[in-house]
Amino acid sequence: MTVPIEHGFVLVALLWAIGLVGLLSRKNTLFMLMSMEIMLNAGALAFILAGSLWQQADGQVIYILILSIAAAEVGLGLALLIRLRQHIGDLDIDKLDEMKG
Amino acid sequence: MNIESGQLLFYVSGSIAVLASLFVVTNKNAVHALLYLVVSLLALAMCFYLLGAPFAAALQIIVYAGAIMVLFVFAVMIFNINQTDIDREQQWLTWQSWVGPSLLAMILLGEIVFVLLSQQNWATNPSSVTQIELVDARAVGSLLFGPYLLAVEIASFLLLAGLVGGYHLAKELPKKTTTQGGSQ
Amino acid sequence: MNMQDLLFLVPLLPLVSSIILLLLAGRLSPMLVAVFGVGSMALAAILTLLIGIEFLGMGGDSFQQVLFNWLPIAGAPLNFGLHLDQLSLVMMGVITGVGWMIHWYAAAYMFGDKDVQRFFVYMNLFVFAMLMLVLGDSLVLLYLGWEGVGLCSFLLIGFWQHKADNVVAAKKAFIVTRVGDTAMMIGLLILFSEFGSLHITTIVDSTVQVSQSNLWLACLLLVGGAVGKSAQLPLQTWLPDAMAGPTPVSALIHAATMVTAGVYLIARMHPLFLQVEGILNLVAWIGALTLVLAGVAALAQTDIKRILAYSTMSQIGYMFLGLGALAFDGAIFHLMTHAFFKALLFLTAGSIILKMHHQQDIFKMGGLFKSLPLTSTFLLIGLLALVAFPGSSGFFSKEAILAATYEAHTAGPTLWWIGVLGAFLTSLYSFRLLFIVCFGPANHDLKEADYKASSQLVVPLLPLVTLAVIGGFISLDFSLVFGPAHHPHIPLWIEWMPVAASLVGFILAWALYFPRKAMQANDGVISHFCRDGLGFDWLYEQIFTKPLQLFARINKSDVIDHFYHFVGWLNFSLNEVLVISQNGKLRWYLFGTLAGCALMLGGLLWWR
Repeated sequence: MTVPIEHGFVLVALLWAIGLVGLLSRKNTLFMLMSMEIMLNAGALAFILAGSLWQQADGQVIYILILSIAAAEVGLGLALLIRLRQHIGDLDIDKLDEMKG
Repeated sequence: MNIESGQLLFYVSGSIAVLASLFVVTNKNAVHALLYLVVSLLALAMCFYLLGAPFAAALQIIVYAGAIMVLFVFAVMIFNINQTDIDREQQWLTWQSWVGPSLLAMILLGEIVFVLLSQQNWATNPSSVTQIELVDARAVGSLLFGPYLLAVEIASFLLLAGLVGGYHLAKELPKKTTTQGGSQ
Repeated sequence: MNMQDLLFLVPLLPLVSSIILLLLAGRLSPMLVAVFGVGSMALAAILTLLIGIEFLGMGGDSFQQVLFNWLPIAGAPLNFGLHLDQLSLVMMGVITGVGWMIHWYAAAYMFGDKDVQRFFVYMNLFVFAMLMLVLGDSLVLLYLGWEGVGLCSFLLIGFWQHKADNVVAAKKAFIVTRVGDTAMMIGLLILFSEFGSLHITTIVDSTVQVSQSNLWLACLLLVGGAVGKSAQLPLQTWLPDAMAGPTPVSALIHAATMVTAGVYLIARMHPLFLQVEGILNLVAWIGALTLVLAGVAALAQTDIKRILAYSTMSQIGYMFLGLGALAFDGAIFHLMTHAFFKALLFLTAGSIILKMHHQQDIFKMGGLFKSLPLTSTFLLIGLLALVAFPGSSGFFSKEAILAATYEAHTAGPTLWWIGVLGAFLTSLYSFRLLFIVCFGPANHDLKEADYKASSQLVVPLLPLVTLAVIGGFISLDFSLVFGPAHHPHIPLWIEWMPVAASLVGFILAWALYFPRKAMQANDGVISHFCRDGLGFDWLYEQIFTKPLQLFARINKSDVIDHFYHFVGWLNFSLNEVLVISQNGKLRWYLFGTLAGCALMLGGLLWWR
């Protein structure tokens, strides 16, 4: 079975763009985090595609590292979200604008 | 058209992934969105397997969909989403808030696809690759314990930091008593 | 060792004394201050005398003493050097001799004043500057002295700073002379560009062909400088107001020395002026007009010092007339005799003012001949010299000038008649002063006990009195400076006409001003016009001061400043506009970052 490699990368770009749309248009911080997960996954897919292209295991190794990054980030991000909710009552990111001006 | 079954399967799981992601992004209910996200991840795992990376596929399912998403679900449970929150999301998601980001994303998407499709020299001619070889766990393992050993250690540092930070940030604040002044 | 080698000590001694007095401000007793101040002058005067005796005994060739190399400019190195010839010797003698007497007098006059140390700092500094002016061997040193005396004049006129009027008068003096100084500076620069050097001997002995128009311009500008410093038309307005300073200052600076600097300048540079004789004609006319104008103004004055100030202005007019008539030696001779009797007059007036408890209005004096006989006698002697009474020093010098005026081709009979008119006016106002002050009923209320004269105020006047009487018999030989003396051949009636004019003035003064009853100042319009210096102050105010003030008012908000305010305003406005983009919202920043990415990628793709 062969998959033209450009199609794979187009899928990557598509997923990435969808994640981007979610990141920019959602106000709820939780949804922003989820959109970021989609984008990370798109990146991971790109590495796997590259590994498959070269028939080497390096792509998967990088994928594992991406995985650990995502895990740490989600852990810390959600902890921050909990804090945020305690602080301002809801998860609206537009309420965090004290750095304006 | 001579499309093989594996190729077809790849396209199908790709489309499922895209659709599910779309549903994640446009959903009002956090839990629903998470579940769609899980679907998307599973579809991607399928893609990984079809690309000859079974170890990655397994890890995707176990770690990503199984641990990280569960973590998300726990957090959502703590947030205690109820109907008012969902209504508020409805309020926030006017069509005006989609215009700008969609436009930008489409421009970026267009640019990236243009770049991708205009590449002349892939290392191997895709149409001449007849078979995707499976890159099994053994190969990954020997790499992990070999050249990428340092990266593994550093990843463990990262996870430790995430652990400690997560614990510290989510710790309950001590209650302020009336006799205590100043900021905590 | 030659006495002449000690030439540098003559200006150095007053300078050192001035510096010592300055550094030890407030720590010396008044007696010690007087010792330094007067003692340095005494030493300088004695040294001048010894140097003069040796110089003349050696034949009178000019003597140069270069002290050090001041500015090593390539091609025209400037040395700090002193030049001694008969002209500078005479000037030096006047400055140190008369200066010594005046300093001595001033020590007594200013005795109770708490600022007497500062006074002597300025006075000694002035003498140093004046000596540099006359002894300098290059025009740069002359200019150094020129500016120095201007500065000291300013400091000394405004000496009693607590009275605002004094400071205003000092400023006026400085600003008006500054106009002249600037003209002179431009003249010096033109001379430098023409001759390549400012060394006086180099310039006057130069055989370089210079453009006539440039030389004309340079000499005209030098005359401008001289006119400012010597208070001639049109820059004469500062001298009457300069009488706000202490009387010894008026005697030294505004009678004997500083105001004669202009005369010295023209005399020193006379070889240049001889090449542009039209300017000498101009100088003569300036002198003549000032002569008459000052005489008329003096007739209307009520303040004794202002009368003497206008008299000085008038006598310097005579000197300018002499210079213009090519009688350089006569002009310098008159300078010397004028220094004697004018210093005497001023110091006597100072004694009178002191006795009258700082009363300067002559109509509030009267009958002083009986009350203050000695002082009045001195006044009389000084005035007789002023009106050129036959035999007095003033007679010989004035006669020399007027005789030369009649014959000179740059002057002529018209100017001579004006000179005679001037003699008439001089006699008129002098005797007016004498009669109103010394005769008639006493308009003051002083008691007998106030009349005793302090000896310190009298002793310095004695040499001046002597010189005012016999100074005319000192024969000055300027042949090595101005060329062989030229004795004009004129009819006898021409010679004695000025004396006749003075006599007519005396009779008229007797008729008009001899006080048979208590007199009062004339109050008519013409009197006021003359008293205010014939309207020159008003004229300058209209032409210069008022437009300048108008312009300053218009520019009050400082047009140039608006530009800088605009720059600041622009920055703030831009900030207000740009800060909108910093609204603190994360999604906004993300959007901006990614939009930038998209643009850059697009740009890159476009160009590939």
